[in-house]
Amino acid sequence: MRRRYLALEVIGEQPISEKDIANAIWNAILQLFGEYGASKANLTLIEYSSQKKCAIVRCSHKALEMVRASITSITEINEKPAAVHVLGVSGTLRALRKRPFW
Amino acid sequence: MRRFVDLHLRPLIKEPNQVEKMIVKSSEMGYRLIGISLPPDITLDEVRRLQKICSDAKIDLVMRADFAPKTPGELLNNLRRFRRKFEVISVMCISKPVARQAAKDRRVDLLSFSAMDLRRRFFDSAEAELASKALSCLEIDMASLLSSKGFSRIRLLSGLRKEVATARRFHVPVIISSGATNEYLMRGPYDYAFLASSFDMPLPLALRALSVDPLAIVERNREKLSPDSVAEGVRIIRRKNIV
Repeated sequence: MRRRYLALEVIGEQPISEKDIANAIWNAILQLFGEYGASKANLTLIEYSSQKKCAIVRCSHKALEMVRASITSITEINEKPAAVHVLGVSGTLRALRKRPFW
Repeated sequence: MRRFVDLHLRPLIKEPNQVEKMIVKSSEMGYRLIGISLPPDITLDEVRRLQKICSDAKIDLVMRADFAPKTPGELLNNLRRFRRKFEVISVMCISKPVARQAAKDRRVDLLSFSAMDLRRRFFDSAEAELASKALSCLEIDMASLLSSKGFSRIRLLSGLRKEVATARRFHVPVIISSGATNEYLMRGPYDYAFLASSFDMPLPLALRALSVDPLAIVERNREKLSPDSVAEGVRIIRRKNIV
């Protein structure tokens, strides 16, 4: 199965943990596309750096559009204003890590 | 390479820090041209200050005015007074007569509708036909989609889906803009394009709505507002020096 890796930048008023970001992404997919959509996304949080405020998530390449739309729709994390920006998308983790933003 | 445009930023003009942050953020996210909603009575000093911030951030500023008239007469009066002061004019259509007048008036660039009250979204086929003849565009503010939740978001998505389909049927350009009042509601152009897929807007069309179509409005209006412009298609190319 082909996959896509997304590098994310997390912006928020308070410190955000790995669990918070994972929950926020899952909730966003559930809200926008429901359980059926979420089941097709095959989503996994690969890495999160609270210092750099960056994360890498993996999803099915067929669900990329859905995952990006859901990530864009995140406006709150832990009931505090937040935003998640997609910095880049790649087919392999190695290629993503070579990008200048990482 | 695409030149991305966000025609609708809504920072508090009286808070210079917030304005600067939002302009810099827009530039970082890949926009090359931004429209800031300005009050009609804005002073020249404030405009110069904004232009300075934008030039420092290497971004082009578009002066935009938003009107929300109660009657068609009020709309015509506003257009008569302010059309030549601003590069982009947007009308929030709060009633059907205002929506129809705005759609058929060539001085109106953008038609926007209430995101909260879906009974006040008057973009039907009659409106689209008028807008298509007058070169007006339908504006979709993504901030309203981002900030709504649950049932209100479901209804908004359903309304947007119908409006985008109507606009495509009548060849009315759709403009996607942020409508952001703070940094947390700002997103990059590709993020908006993917989010637009949630109301059945294909990715190429969404990217066009973030680059080519808004750019065309700005270029057309700048051409019209330039001192060399005489009428549509007629402009001064050389002035004779009379001694």
